[in-house]
Amino acid sequence: MGSATTPKGSEYAPGSLLTISDVPLEEVSAILAETTRIEQLPRSERAQMLAGRTVALLFYESSTRTRTSFELAAKSLGATTTLVSDKSSSIEKGESLKDTGLTLRALGAECIILRHPCSGAPFLLARMTGLPVLNAGDGMHEHPSQALLDLRTILTRLHGVAAATTARQDSLRGVTIAITGDILHSRVARSNALLLPKLGARVVLCGPEELLPETALGLGPGVEIERNFDAALERAQVVMMLRIQKERLAGLELDLADYVARYQLSSQRFTKHAASALVLHPGPMNRGVEIDGEVADGPQSAITEQVAHGLAVRSALLVRALGAGRFESVTV
Amino acid sequence: MSDVLILNGRLVDPANGIDAERDLLLRDGRVAAIEIPGVLKNVAAAETIDASGCIVAPGFIDVHVHLREPGQTYKESIATGTAAAAAGGFTSVIAMPNTVPVNDSVAGLEWMLDAARGSVVKLFAMPAATMGSMGIELSNFSALRKAGAVGFTDDGKPVLEDDVMRAALVRAARLGVPVSQHAEDTRLTGGCSMNAGPVAFRLGLRGMTVEAEARIVERDIRLLREIEKAEGLRPHLHVQHVSTARAMEAIRAAKREGLHVTCEVAPHHFTLTDEAVGNYDTHAKMNPPLRVEADRVAMVAGLMDGTADTIATDHAPHAAHEKEQEFERAPNGITGLETALGLTLRVLHRGQGMTLSRVVELMSVNPAHVVSLEGRGGLAVGNHADVVVFDPNTDWTFQATNSKSKSRNTPFNGAAMLGRVRFTICEGRIVFSN
Repeated sequence: MGSATTPKGSEYAPGSLLTISDVPLEEVSAILAETTRIEQLPRSERAQMLAGRTVALLFYESSTRTRTSFELAAKSLGATTTLVSDKSSSIEKGESLKDTGLTLRALGAECIILRHPCSGAPFLLARMTGLPVLNAGDGMHEHPSQALLDLRTILTRLHGVAAATTARQDSLRGVTIAITGDILHSRVARSNALLLPKLGARVVLCGPEELLPETALGLGPGVEIERNFDAALERAQVVMMLRIQKERLAGLELDLADYVARYQLSSQRFTKHAASALVLHPGPMNRGVEIDGEVADGPQSAITEQVAHGLAVRSALLVRALGAGRFESVTV
Repeated sequence: MSDVLILNGRLVDPANGIDAERDLLLRDGRVAAIEIPGVLKNVAAAETIDASGCIVAPGFIDVHVHLREPGQTYKESIATGTAAAAAGGFTSVIAMPNTVPVNDSVAGLEWMLDAARGSVVKLFAMPAATMGSMGIELSNFSALRKAGAVGFTDDGKPVLEDDVMRAALVRAARLGVPVSQHAEDTRLTGGCSMNAGPVAFRLGLRGMTVEAEARIVERDIRLLREIEKAEGLRPHLHVQHVSTARAMEAIRAAKREGLHVTCEVAPHHFTLTDEAVGNYDTHAKMNPPLRVEADRVAMVAGLMDGTADTIATDHAPHAAHEKEQEFERAPNGITGLETALGLTLRVLHRGQGMTLSRVVELMSVNPAHVVSLEGRGGLAVGNHADVVVFDPNTDWTFQATNSKSKSRNTPFNGAAMLGRVRFTICEGRIVFSN
């Protein structure tokens, strides 16, 4: 068992998950183990884990899979959930994030799951409320629960179910993961590039300069840049495709046809360069743009498995955030 | 009798070439006598200050402060902002025009400078260079100059259009005052909230590039050259809060060329880098943003070698609720009047070996020259009795809660400072003592 994400004396509540970079490897391991343990519990027992507890989902951006995943996870553990979205709420009337958070806390929320268009918003909410906050995606910054579910998916597929209960420095030694597409705007890419090298993986970021600046190398050791997608594929055991986030391009002109020609994971390209690689995508997918439908639905694709792992991992994160069950002993 | 006697101090007055033990007599708001120790000891004065162990220097002058009045007095007022200035050793401050409404009229300027506002130190102002700081139509420079303007600026925004900036420089040159430029090509910085680079990438924030600052500085320097050639005028460009090595180098080259360019550096830009943003600390959010170490070092070098003319705080108070927002939504700016000396002495004097004489040059003499304040920036007999008495050796910790400013938005809360202001005297009145 490792120590909790937030060190003693931190201004953030124990059990918060704001950035994956704060989570030590032992803690990642504990989360993976807890995920498997919860998954294996009888449904009735699982439903008691967070009985009587209240979780708020605060969503400033529309989301299908992340919101549903967290919501179903909380409900399956017996928690009461409340959803506040930017439409038809005090947010729409201009209430600040701080005041919205304080209101939710006063109403009994013990943990807040936050999706927000501004990078760093979960840090603010955690500081202002003192509650554990789970970052469900903040601007272009991070999506740490996605990185954890991606990790579980990779470990399960590459090494089997038993291997997905621990994270060691060498768990992914010799594994190259190519993350391709709109890296600049991708919180999924950032979280994965920060997490996977901790387990020994090489992360090869791939994309055109306008979507992948050289400053990405600053994410840390174990991260490199490869502009040639075919070359990246040749090396990869795992290929993670990302969509182009048109809503964040902010005036950036992109020749879509050229992009598709250079960076689409087409069936032909996949077969030629990485036929045995595992294919991931955090969704939503734009079939025919960054990925060919045939590859997305093919036997090497673990895209729907990622969704299932998401539900399990988020259950563990909620248990951890609320200090329930065995996790109580590992939170500070 | 309003006499103030300052005894036993070390007078550092680079404007008059003095760095030695001297006693001072201030009378009727002016410097009445400067003597070697002992000569003035029997003079009867209303106040006698024992400046033993302290530096006695011309009061500091800040060519760049935001006092938020009119319009935003919940952040700061002229009274509170100038009280903070006095606590920082400043005896003169130049207020920027981005108030609400923008200070672009004689009526607005006169209202601001009226004694009824309660300024504790000498208040000067730079009105807007263009109406409403919209960058389109020049304000009435000559009328504003007559009413007391010491320069013109659209600070907070650049004057982007070449022809507007050219006209501003020409008109200001005819009046003998500078155009003070916020050097940011805002066409390149839309949606940006910090410095462009690895830190911004990791935090998922859009970054302001070095080029966005340098392009405007380089453009303005080109305009100076063109105007000198075509009109025979010698316009004065003052570049505000330089933050990048590239802009500093452009200014260095322009000075070498003989053009009339001056510039300022803010203490936060020679002290911190963009790493200070940490986990989205809005107290480290300002414009221009904190840059990388190489830029910070270039600011130090510019201050050491004379390229930078003055230290200016860009004191920019904001209320707590405004900074307690998402990083990208929070306003730019930090307070700075009370930390300027402490940081300058810590980073430049102790850290880089800058002489106290050069510190005083950067904080008193040169800013007086930038905005042509007659009788200030030096302590010759007959000058205004604007004096700061500070102990250069005291290590202390700045606590924002003790600030005289209405706002607390500073990244230096709890930071180490060197040197403590003991007395600030403005036109012969003791306006701060500690």
